[in-house]
Amino acid sequence: MKTSLLKKVWRPFLAILLFIGLWEVATRLFSIEEWLLPSPSDIVMEARNVIPTFLPHLGSTVTLSVSGFLIGTTVGLGVATILHLMPRVRETFFPFIIISQNMPIIVLAPLLVIWFGFNALPKLIIITLACFFPIAVSALGGFTQTNRELVHYMKMMGANKAQLFWKLELPHAVPSIFSGLKIAGTYSVMAAVVSEWLGAQKGIGVFMTLAASSYRTSRVFVAIIVAMVISLAFYGLILLLEKFFIRWQQKGENV
Amino acid sequence: MLELRHVSKSFGQKQVLQEISLHVASGEFVSLIGPSGSGKSTLFNLIGGLLGPDAGEIYLNGEEITNKHGFISYMPQQASLFPWRTIIENVLLGQELQGKKDYELAEAMLERAGLGDVIHAYPHELSGGMKQRVAFIRALLSPQSLMLLDEPFSALDEFTRTDMQKWLLSIWEDYEQSILFITHSIDEALFLSDKIIILSVNPAEIKDVFEVPFIRPRDGDLLLSEEFLQWKKKIIDVIQF
Repeated sequence: MKTSLLKKVWRPFLAILLFIGLWEVATRLFSIEEWLLPSPSDIVMEARNVIPTFLPHLGSTVTLSVSGFLIGTTVGLGVATILHLMPRVRETFFPFIIISQNMPIIVLAPLLVIWFGFNALPKLIIITLACFFPIAVSALGGFTQTNRELVHYMKMMGANKAQLFWKLELPHAVPSIFSGLKIAGTYSVMAAVVSEWLGAQKGIGVFMTLAASSYRTSRVFVAIIVAMVISLAFYGLILLLEKFFIRWQQKGENV
Repeated sequence: MLELRHVSKSFGQKQVLQEISLHVASGEFVSLIGPSGSGKSTLFNLIGGLLGPDAGEIYLNGEEITNKHGFISYMPQQASLFPWRTIIENVLLGQELQGKKDYELAEAMLERAGLGDVIHAYPHELSGGMKQRVAFIRALLSPQSLMLLDEPFSALDEFTRTDMQKWLLSIWEDYEQSILFITHSIDEALFLSDKIIILSVNPAEIKDVFEVPFIRPRDGDLLLSEEFLQWKKKIIDVIQF
């Protein structure tokens, strides 16, 4: 078990090391200025110095993305449920939802600030917009792809619509909801950082804009790496939850 | 118990069932046999209330159940167990839909049915035959007094199948449930039932009804007896005619 994990991991690990090594060598060999592209060692040094002042920013972004993610998930599941249970509503609004997703969120951001000011609300709206779509689509997919034999069984047994939904369609959709959650989790961090660019007291986004405007590129990289780490942590957490929730599923097994 | 009166059904131009009248008495095991496409599954959907007949009525215990659902218990062709539920949770599903759960009874029945070791297992850990057993117990535990069994053993291999038939009889003979059973197999129908209804095809009509005289409890030797073979011949003659 352990050894097989090691076997799986060493290749990508080596690839990352190689990439970092090449980066380091290249910056030195071509003597690239630090403000243009800092070497990995520059970034590590900068990180050491800056981390203590960085922590409050980190906390603020994590809080923001988690709350946005939770709201987005709730909205996404709610929308999917409504669209699923009311086919008419679905026919009417589903194209609308798809169109709404083709609008780049980043262009919406200034508008939201005009409407709602510089508080948390426009930021939460941005994250919610980014999160809800992958969840709504995956949940809806899960609902509609419910095994038809199971549906037939439930109907023959006299299940009503609520029982059909709670006992069959919802649990059946759990695996696909989780694939939506994984996407939404990573989106939420990105959306939080972007929303902070608009103006905030704290946050990785603020830290990043400040660093970028003073050409402290190593700091920008520190911010990027931290955002990546948060994103990965979210992903890992959702993966753990998934493992817990779908213990019953075996690879490639069907009903 | 269950009574169908002159039930007809067509889909578009195609008439599937014509004037089907049949009767299942309390505690009776009745088989429907007929060629593929003879509308047997449509008949089940009608009794289950998923479809409405074009003409005729369906009664259960004197009450009309045409177009109503929730009055019968059902065992489909595929086990159709819910993969996220353990065996005991699956077996309780039928009761859950009707409101009251009896955990102890379910546990006792699984034990009695030889499934005691897998009570807390998930369906994917079970073989095909075991899954069908679970599906049968699930149907038997549902509070409804009539069970519809839709070719439940057709996906199993020959050996498992014979085992399953004997097992089903051994369990069912202790309960008062009535069964309406769809099958393709004449052997299966003869071995299991009190009454066999033979359907024709296009549209399905009742061709003949036989009362099966073999006494219960029945065992595997019956399948090879002279009397059994004579009955089988009789039924084949009707089907081919």
